[in-house]
Amino acid sequence: MDANSSHPAKVARSKLWFYGPVFVVIVLLILLVPLPQAASTPTDRTIRIEASRFQFVPGEIHVNPGDKVTVELISQDVVHGLSLDNYNFNLQAEPGQIVTGTFIANQSGVFRFRCSFTCGNLHPFMIGKLTVGSNYLLIRGIALAGLAVAGAFLSMWFSTTRHSQGVR
Amino acid sequence: MTRLDLTRFPKMNAALKNRWPQFLLRAVTLAGFTFTILAGLMGSVVGSHNFAIIFVWIAWWTALKLFFIPFGGRSWCSICPIPMAGEWLQRGGILEPGKKKVGSGKRWPRFLRGNWLQAFGFLLIGLFSAVTLTSSKITAIVLLAIILLSLVLSLIFERRAFCSYLCPIGGFTGLYAQAGPVEVRVKEAEVCAAHSEKLCYDACPWGQYPLALKSSANCGLCMECLRVCPKDNIAVNLRPWGSDLQADTRHNLSEAFLGLVMLASALVDSAIFSGPWGNLKMAAYTIGSREWFLFAGIFMVSALILLPGFYALCVSWANKLGQKKRTLQQALARYSQVLVPLGLMAWIAFTISFAFVKFSYVLPVISDPLGWGWNLLGLQTKVGVGQSSAFVQILQVIVLAAGLFWTTQVTRRISGSNRQSIPLILFSSVFTLGMLWLLIG
Repeated sequence: MDANSSHPAKVARSKLWFYGPVFVVIVLLILLVPLPQAASTPTDRTIRIEASRFQFVPGEIHVNPGDKVTVELISQDVVHGLSLDNYNFNLQAEPGQIVTGTFIANQSGVFRFRCSFTCGNLHPFMIGKLTVGSNYLLIRGIALAGLAVAGAFLSMWFSTTRHSQGVR
Repeated sequence: MTRLDLTRFPKMNAALKNRWPQFLLRAVTLAGFTFTILAGLMGSVVGSHNFAIIFVWIAWWTALKLFFIPFGGRSWCSICPIPMAGEWLQRGGILEPGKKKVGSGKRWPRFLRGNWLQAFGFLLIGLFSAVTLTSSKITAIVLLAIILLSLVLSLIFERRAFCSYLCPIGGFTGLYAQAGPVEVRVKEAEVCAAHSEKLCYDACPWGQYPLALKSSANCGLCMECLRVCPKDNIAVNLRPWGSDLQADTRHNLSEAFLGLVMLASALVDSAIFSGPWGNLKMAAYTIGSREWFLFAGIFMVSALILLPGFYALCVSWANKLGQKKRTLQQALARYSQVLVPLGLMAWIAFTISFAFVKFSYVLPVISDPLGWGWNLLGLQTKVGVGQSSAFVQILQVIVLAAGLFWTTQVTRRISGSNRQSIPLILFSSVFTLGMLWLLIG
């Protein structure tokens, strides 16, 4: 490396030291910055879910944050359960029986609900989906994907600059 | 690029050259494999209570994707029990090669070489996955069939024909081993070139000549070349991830096909096993029904037409943007490298949710492997429901974004310009968004 190239090489390295942490901070901001939910008046909802091997009908449910949700679970064939991820909510219904339970949708995001009673071979994959408010994690994921592409180009540019300047 | 040769450390070198540690590990995996088949045939028909289902499809399949491949490339192949019996017969000895070798030693037909059959094998797994992954008897029968097929092929064909050309898992590990951080290479090319006896090639169960190794896709890390090299010229390197994915490495069309089948399978498995669509699960499960044929048709069209078509379109576009003109076939093969980090990280993201949620099934079957109501180790015998926490979901997002970052880097590295890399980055981005939607949407 000759004397003339040392200066731009140092500049490239210092830029890397600057942009690297900036990149990490942007990643953290995208993932963690609190986002406001659309304002909605909490309401009482009653949702009837029919469970049969190996599906819930409806399989996808959307409620607003703060809603008081009453679930009526009815089993069509064998014993089924309904356990909701991240909520301490679990129901179990005998065939033909209706069981009810209520919870407040106080956590936003997408949550899977699963059969909690072994009902056959596909039991571990008997899953439904509850969306509370907006799915901001998906939006964060899309933003992060965009940043990943930009960051990759940036890192390649730094790598090229450093190699062309002979930085070890 | 930076490499750390593990054979530089005397104790590590001795351990790698010694056949005993590897033999003992393989003995353990063979015992586990045999027990898995017995548990599958004799144990509970409820998959979630049977050792065969939980250990093959949750513990081992998870370990392969989260541990063996990302940190050891094809390391699983070095301790896989499936080719053991055939290999013992082929080399006429259990620990050391003997004199009485068994087998015809025919060469594998030229027209069947490459990853084509492995890719079709993986498609078959996908088509029947809802049953294979949940029925302990079917799992046992599949494993038994695989071990018998491997044995028969090793008696007809030379070396590890089954592993190299047929094993779907071999295709999976081989493809993604290119991104792994372990490689076997020669230390000094001149030493090999001047050495007329190719003992390493003769000893290699995979038919690889270490001097010619440019990719780790077909090296099973068995260490036989290291053991027989009289010049001590074989290195076992730790290397940066993705080292095989370079502008000057050679790739073929079957790798692109295999990579695309893996992407399609990741999408379909995510939809079936993590999605809320009960009709899809039942369609995939009820083999032979009208719904299953519809599912199979959609799966085949997606894996064989839609995804490859989109890929071909993007590759063709990228080819037009480049200064150096290649045929479409050459370009499809060259860009197959893009599918490696993209697919590997997608499988890891899918597996994270699978493993975290279903791990609660592992401990109970250790205590009651056949599902007969035993409690051998006094562990908890009730299977928990399992749940996907916010941490798991954020981890999935990070893994998929990291996969896109890595894929973009590889795409840019093998493209002539930023402009030329845009079509393949578009392809990768669309796939990543699809996985995001399926896993956390």
